[in-house]
Amino acid sequence: MSKPRSLYAPAGFLTREESEAIARRALAAAKADETRVIVSSGARANTRFAENQVSTSGDNYDAEITVRSVFGKRVANANTNKLDDASLAAVVARSEALARLAPEDPELMPELGPQTYGTRPEPSQTETPTPAQRAAAVLAVSEPARAAGLISTGYMQSNVGSFAIANNKGLFAYNRGSSAAMSTTVRTPDGTGSGWAGSAHDEWNDLDAATLGRRAIDKAVRSRNPVAVEPGRYTVILEPTAVANLVQLMAFSLNARSADEGRSFFSKPGGGNKNGMKVVDERVTIVSDPMDPAGRGGLFTGEGLPTERIVWVENGVVRNLNYDRFWAQKQGVSPTASSGVLRMSGGNSSIEEMIASTQRGILVTRLWYIRGVDPRTILFTGLTRDGTFLVENGRITRAIKNFRWNESPVFMLNNIEAMGTPMRVNSSESGQGGGVVIVPPIKARDFNFTSLSDAV
Amino acid sequence: MTQKRRDFLKAMSAVAVANGAIGKGFDPEKLFAGITQTATPSVGDPLFRELAMVGLEAARGAGAEYADIRISNRNDQGIFTRERRVQGMQSSETFGFGIRALVNGAWGFAASSRLTRDDVAATARQAVAQARANRVAQLKPHVLAPVTSVGDVEWKSPARIDPFTVPIEDKAQLLLTANAAAMQVQGARFVTSNMFFMKEEKTLATTDGSFIVQTIIRSQPGMNVTAVDQSRGDFQSRSSTEVQPHGKGYEHVLDAKLVDNAPKWAEEAVQKLSAKPVEVGRYDLILHPTHLWLTIHESIGHPTELDRAMGYEANYAGTSFIAPPEDFLGKFKYGPEFMNVQGDRSQEGSLAQVGWDDEGVKPEDFMIIKNGIFNDYQTTREQAMWLDWWYKQNGQPTRSHGCSYSQSWADVQFQRMPNVSLLPGEQDISYEDIIAATDRGIAIVGDGSFSIDQQRYNAQFGGQVFYEVRGGKIVGMLKDVAYQMRTPEFWNAMDMIGGKSSYILGGAFNDGKGQPSQSNAVSHGCPPTRHKQINVINTGRTA
Repeated sequence: MSKPRSLYAPAGFLTREESEAIARRALAAAKADETRVIVSSGARANTRFAENQVSTSGDNYDAEITVRSVFGKRVANANTNKLDDASLAAVVARSEALARLAPEDPELMPELGPQTYGTRPEPSQTETPTPAQRAAAVLAVSEPARAAGLISTGYMQSNVGSFAIANNKGLFAYNRGSSAAMSTTVRTPDGTGSGWAGSAHDEWNDLDAATLGRRAIDKAVRSRNPVAVEPGRYTVILEPTAVANLVQLMAFSLNARSADEGRSFFSKPGGGNKNGMKVVDERVTIVSDPMDPAGRGGLFTGEGLPTERIVWVENGVVRNLNYDRFWAQKQGVSPTASSGVLRMSGGNSSIEEMIASTQRGILVTRLWYIRGVDPRTILFTGLTRDGTFLVENGRITRAIKNFRWNESPVFMLNNIEAMGTPMRVNSSESGQGGGVVIVPPIKARDFNFTSLSDAV
Repeated sequence: MTQKRRDFLKAMSAVAVANGAIGKGFDPEKLFAGITQTATPSVGDPLFRELAMVGLEAARGAGAEYADIRISNRNDQGIFTRERRVQGMQSSETFGFGIRALVNGAWGFAASSRLTRDDVAATARQAVAQARANRVAQLKPHVLAPVTSVGDVEWKSPARIDPFTVPIEDKAQLLLTANAAAMQVQGARFVTSNMFFMKEEKTLATTDGSFIVQTIIRSQPGMNVTAVDQSRGDFQSRSSTEVQPHGKGYEHVLDAKLVDNAPKWAEEAVQKLSAKPVEVGRYDLILHPTHLWLTIHESIGHPTELDRAMGYEANYAGTSFIAPPEDFLGKFKYGPEFMNVQGDRSQEGSLAQVGWDDEGVKPEDFMIIKNGIFNDYQTTREQAMWLDWWYKQNGQPTRSHGCSYSQSWADVQFQRMPNVSLLPGEQDISYEDIIAATDRGIAIVGDGSFSIDQQRYNAQFGGQVFYEVRGGKIVGMLKDVAYQMRTPEFWNAMDMIGGKSSYILGGAFNDGKGQPSQSNAVSHGCPPTRHKQINVINTGRTA
């Protein structure tokens, strides 16, 4: 167990040796035909601020084990964060008791044997930032905001952790990671203006709080006193965060089984799926690569399969759907082992150029409360938020009230007019970072805004 | 299903023995030696008091003016089925403690799963040190409203059958039987069903002198049926939204009658394939309680949280249109005079029911909206002080409404919703009575798609099943229905409300808020209502 370096620092994560030792202890207690053990551990440090001061903060550490037991075709899982010998034996017993009683699963796939995984340098961050480091990041935003007569709120979180898989067929995989994310929303005291900025990184040292603060402050000031513009179909300039909010929804729908079963946008009318069919603009390519330089993906799946580069959409054409091991075997294809990274192709336009080329359009900072409406078209609804501006005759002319939209990433990606350089964004609504998503800003026509929101 | 019940019972006995050994056979000396030694005891053990006092004393000794410690043991169980197979059986437990310390008006929080004397003391000191570090970014101190020590007390959810004592085989069999009943309906192609159970044993000790042990149990069964018309590329689903999660035991699953109801849900999924697409326009909406609870949650529950109104959630969950408080408290007309909304943690079997909140406050029922006028916010101890002026003005004590809650030992407690319920009207009007009184409208049953803006003005809601109402009768099923509304206008457009016998308790098992995002379970009771001339859109599009 890595030790705290000071009173401030929580314990870090289980090393490869520690993880393997715990897994071996659990496997030694197992009696099932097949047993898989997952050992995860990590520390999370977070600080939250509001009204230009820290509101809450926290440090915690945890390690847990999940045991998957198989008897014949019967399977179950049990999990605990008690890692002493008696508790390990108990969680194995609990998993096995459940598995013995589970009905047979005709779709059960056997455990994998030893695998070969890709390699890359481990992250240099091994500890979470101290409360003092996090408080300094708060001040980098809150002091300039206060000086400008504005109110800053925000959140930062940094994790270090490890994840290991072992089974009784000789498979062992270990991965260590770290992450850091921050977002801030700056509001004007009269409540008429709000600006947001956020970022996500593999390591704390990559986080630049002052730059985020300046962006949010600038947007808050510029978004004061918004005016109402009639809802309808508009050309939009979506900043990368807003693009990620939408594009990842399409990625979540790339499930082969639901497509084959006729209950997905990717189902082909009359039967089969849309693999090989063009579904979006030919400039769109979407790839997952565990070795992507912009963000670490997982080197193996939860079953221990080595992840690989997967092209989901190439020049607008569906090239891969997501197959689990059972469905892949049934359909005679290879399972997809995705790293969780999502990268979309881009173009050469800057946001400034997109604005300059727009007669009348809407600039959108981010989207909010995104919820599914109709899976047949991947139709979602949500709102714009924290920086929505009207573009007229090639320039931003005024802040406007927010809109509710009803739109699908499929429609948006068919209406592209220009794209910029892809960048990694804070892709979660919660500001906690989300998965690794690298997307460009996009200018698209006919985005469907359906009603006005008075919310600032 | 080839396993026999007696086999199951035998196996479960073996598990019980193994688990029992953890609780009864532990050696206190080894407990302090660290996680690689022996097991931790079960919550409620006398040793917990000693460890809690170690934490509080360490926090006090390091300079905390206030501290609390929560030691929690939480068990979750999930069973997931699809058609004729069990897709997953998951059992998990998590155990640890969190310490919160207030130092010179600044908060610190630290948590660990290593429950030894040394770790508890070190974690307490870490929380205090963290609070001190936060002071550089502190402009004004956090101040807590007074609370009276409750001494040693205990509370348990009103569960008749502990779901963790029910054989897993029985649970799986029930779900598979329900799936089979759904699949017998012609046109029903896919069905999934599930059960979730949660049991948390939580010990809270505070420097105010309270020592509170609570056992919280929640249960949620559910089903979803999908019908497919592959030739037209159409598919429609129906979820069992009449079955809501409750703060009850396994009796709630039995009362849900999944097997009996499955054919109805399947038939309605099939019917939706041929339902008439809705014509856009303004309609009188008749909202069944199985739908309305979610609208209440989003448009009343969240905007009346005081942390949102004061800007503490501005970076994520948002602020509130009911702010600042001095402009709205006692003045704002939320809806008609017959509209009364209560906040409580006392409803029997509700999801937010507790004996004491996570600050040791015994919650009282309170009126959020009284006779249509906004009357009060949801508060914690810290937040109650922000409304000191309002309570003094009204001759009320400045005390928390008991809305502090944390999802786990690893997260700091903060303001979370109590049950927020629309009280029934005085007349005993039924759902059918409202339909009979409606000339042209749409009746919506069950909750579906939902989204609302960050100040809770503009919302869009779908549903499960939509009925066209003409001349006081249901004349057919509609599809692709969603309504868009602005909260104040929507509630002021309410012109009919059901009576006591039409009241149903809905709720959310996992309601997100906060950074890091935490999950809360909350119930919303309501009767059916009617809202005049609400904007309805058609969500159907062609890809």
